[in-house]
Amino acid sequence: MPRLESTARLQALMLEAFRECDAAARAPQGRVAWCTSVGPVELLRALGFAVFFPENHAAMLGASRAATDLIPAASAEGYSPDVCSYMTSDIGAFRRGVTALSRVDPSITSVPRPDVLVYDTNQCRDVVDWFSFYGRQFGVPVIGVAAPRGVDAVTDDLVAAVASQIRGLVAPLEAIAGRRLDPGRLRDAVAISRDTSLLWRRVLSTGSARPSPLTFFDACIHMGPAVILRGDPRSAAYYEGLLAELEGRIARGVAAVPGERVRLYWEGMPIWGRLRDVSDLLARLGACVAGSTYCSSWVFDALDPAAPFDSMARASVELFITRTDAVKERVLADEARRYSVDGMVFHDAKTCPNNSNCRYGMPGRLAAGAGVPSVIVHSDLNDLRLHADEGVRLALEAFVEQCAEASP
Amino acid sequence: MNGPFYCGIDVGSSYAKAVLLDGAGRVAADVVRRTGVAFEAVAEALRADLLAAVPGALGGIERTIATGYGRENVPFADGAVTELTCQALAGWHLFRRAVTVIDVGGQDTKVIVLGDDGRRLSFQMNRRCASGTGAFLEEMAARLDTTPAGLEALAERGHDAVALSSFCTVFAKSELLSLIRGGRSVEDIALGVYDAVVRRVVEMTPLHDGIVLTGGAARPGGVLVRRLEAALGRPVLVPEKPQLTGALGAALMAMRDGGAPV
Repeated sequence: MPRLESTARLQALMLEAFRECDAAARAPQGRVAWCTSVGPVELLRALGFAVFFPENHAAMLGASRAATDLIPAASAEGYSPDVCSYMTSDIGAFRRGVTALSRVDPSITSVPRPDVLVYDTNQCRDVVDWFSFYGRQFGVPVIGVAAPRGVDAVTDDLVAAVASQIRGLVAPLEAIAGRRLDPGRLRDAVAISRDTSLLWRRVLSTGSARPSPLTFFDACIHMGPAVILRGDPRSAAYYEGLLAELEGRIARGVAAVPGERVRLYWEGMPIWGRLRDVSDLLARLGACVAGSTYCSSWVFDALDPAAPFDSMARASVELFITRTDAVKERVLADEARRYSVDGMVFHDAKTCPNNSNCRYGMPGRLAAGAGVPSVIVHSDLNDLRLHADEGVRLALEAFVEQCAEASP
Repeated sequence: MNGPFYCGIDVGSSYAKAVLLDGAGRVAADVVRRTGVAFEAVAEALRADLLAAVPGALGGIERTIATGYGRENVPFADGAVTELTCQALAGWHLFRRAVTVIDVGGQDTKVIVLGDDGRRLSFQMNRRCASGTGAFLEEMAARLDTTPAGLEALAERGHDAVALSSFCTVFAKSELLSLIRGGRSVEDIALGVYDAVVRRVVEMTPLHDGIVLTGGAARPGGVLVRRLEAALGRPVLVPEKPQLTGALGAALMAMRDGGAPV
C-alpha cells in the first residue's frame, strides 16, 4: 500500500504536542487539564491549559499491543475486565509506572500530572470512573458534563441543558487556571476547532472517491491532530496539507488499496492491537474500508464562534454515539450510500457497548431497509484476550468473498 | 473416469478432507484424515490418498483449491477460499434451491443463507465461545470418558435430556460434574450435550425452510440431526457425506475457476 507522505509531518506534530504537555506539567506556572476526547476542549484552550487526552494515550497503549499486559493491573484493583479496556489499560499503565509516551519520546517518563480532569459523558459513563481514579491519585478536581444519551431530535432544550453545564465549568476552571476566561480567546478556539473539523470532514470525504485515496486504517492514524490538537491552529494547518495530498491522489487515480475491488464501511471502534494486520489482510483481498463512524466522530458541524457555549453543546449532543438506534440506522444507511460501499463491518467490541451498534438488531434492519449487507467481528478495542485472529480473519475474508460475488 | 480432475482440500481444525471431481463434476474419490499438527503433511497425504484411489488422476489434476483453517498451508493448491464460500457452493450444488446451510465445524459453527440463485446472502458465525461447535462435543465426550462416537452412542439411549445452561465449554464441563454427582444418567447427559449444541445454533439467526446440516457431527439420521429437527419442528436436509461438503465446495470452486460449468 502506498504510504501517505504526510505521515512524517503527523509524527512530528504529535511529538511536539506530547512534549508541550510534558513541559507544561513540569513548569511551575504550567497548567494541565485532562479531557475526554470529545469534551469541552475549546474552553480549556481559551484558559491556557495544556490539554492531555487519556483516550488517545489508551489508544497508543492498544496500538503498541502493550494494553493487554497492563489490564490485569487494573483488574487486580477491582476494575472488571468487562469494562472499558481503554480505562483499564490506562490505569494499568499508571499502576505499572509506564506510559505510551515513552515510545514516542524516551525522555517522557510519565503522563503529565493534571491540575484538573474534565469529562463529557457523551461517549460513555466509564470516563467518569476513569477520571475519578486519577482525581483520587493526584488529589485534583474532576468536573464535567453529564450528557443526554439516546438522543433522537437534537432539541434546543437539550442543547441548553448541556450549554448550561459547560458554562458551569468556567468558574472552577478559572480558579485552577488562575485567570479569567477571555471571551475572545474562546471564540478563537471554537473558530479553530470548526476549521479543523471542516478540514477533517473533507479529508474523510475523499474516501468516497473510487478508488479511495485513504482507508479507515489511515484515518485512524491521521485523526491524531483532530483529537489532541482540536482548538489549536496547527491541526488545521496539518489537515490542509493532508487534504492536498489526498486530492492529488484522486486526481492521479492513486488508490490506497491497489486494485480496489470491494468497498467497505467500518462501524465501531478500531481493533488497535491489530490495526495493521486487519489493514494488510483487507488490502491483500482488494478490499478498501473507505469510511467509518469512528473517525467521523471528530467532525463537529455545529461549532460556531458567534455562540461558543451553545455550539459546543450542540456539537456534543449531535454526536453519533449519543443518538438513538433509529437515528444511527439512518446515518449508517446514508453513509453506505455516500461511500458507495458493498458492505459494512460491525465491530462488536466486548468492553465498549456504546460503540458497538450491532447488539440490538441493527445489522438485520440495515440489510432489510437499506440493502446493506454486513458482517460482525467480535473483538475489542484494546484487550487482545478478547480477540481471536483466526475468527476475525475468517469472518472478514468470507465477507469480502461474499461482497465480491455480489458485485455486478 | 475422465479427466481433467479438480481437487478440493479442506484442512479443518479436527479433520482434513479431500474430494476429487472428474471432468463431469462427479465425485471420483473422497478421503478424510485427522488434521493433527502438520497441515502441509496432511494435505500431501490426502492428495496421495486420492491418487491411490484414482490412479488415472496422476498428472491430470487441473486445479486444486484449499479451504478450512489450514487453507494457506496447502503448498500445491492453486488458490485458497474460505470454507463459508465452499459450503455455500456445495449447498447450492447439492440442493439447487434457496437453503440455509448450518455447518457444525470443529472450532466454529457457521450459518450461511443462500438465495434462490445460489448466491450467498448472509452468514453468521458463533461468537468467541466454543459452545455449539464440534470442539464442544469432543470436550464433553472427554469429560464423560468416551469418544465423540461414544457420546453419540450414549445419547442414542437417552430419554430425558438434561438442560445444560452454560454458554462456556469450561463451565459446561463443571455442570456435567454436578449432574453426575446428582445421579443423572450418563445417557441423558449425553443427549443434553447435543441439545446444547442445537440451542446455540438456533439462536444464531432465524431459521426458516430448507435447512441443510453439514459437518462431521451431522451424521445422517444421527442424534444431532434428530434433535435439530425436533427443535425446529421440521425435517432437515443432510448431504450423504456431510463432513465432506467443504472439500466438495472447494473442488467445485476449482472446477469453476478452471472454466468448467458447476
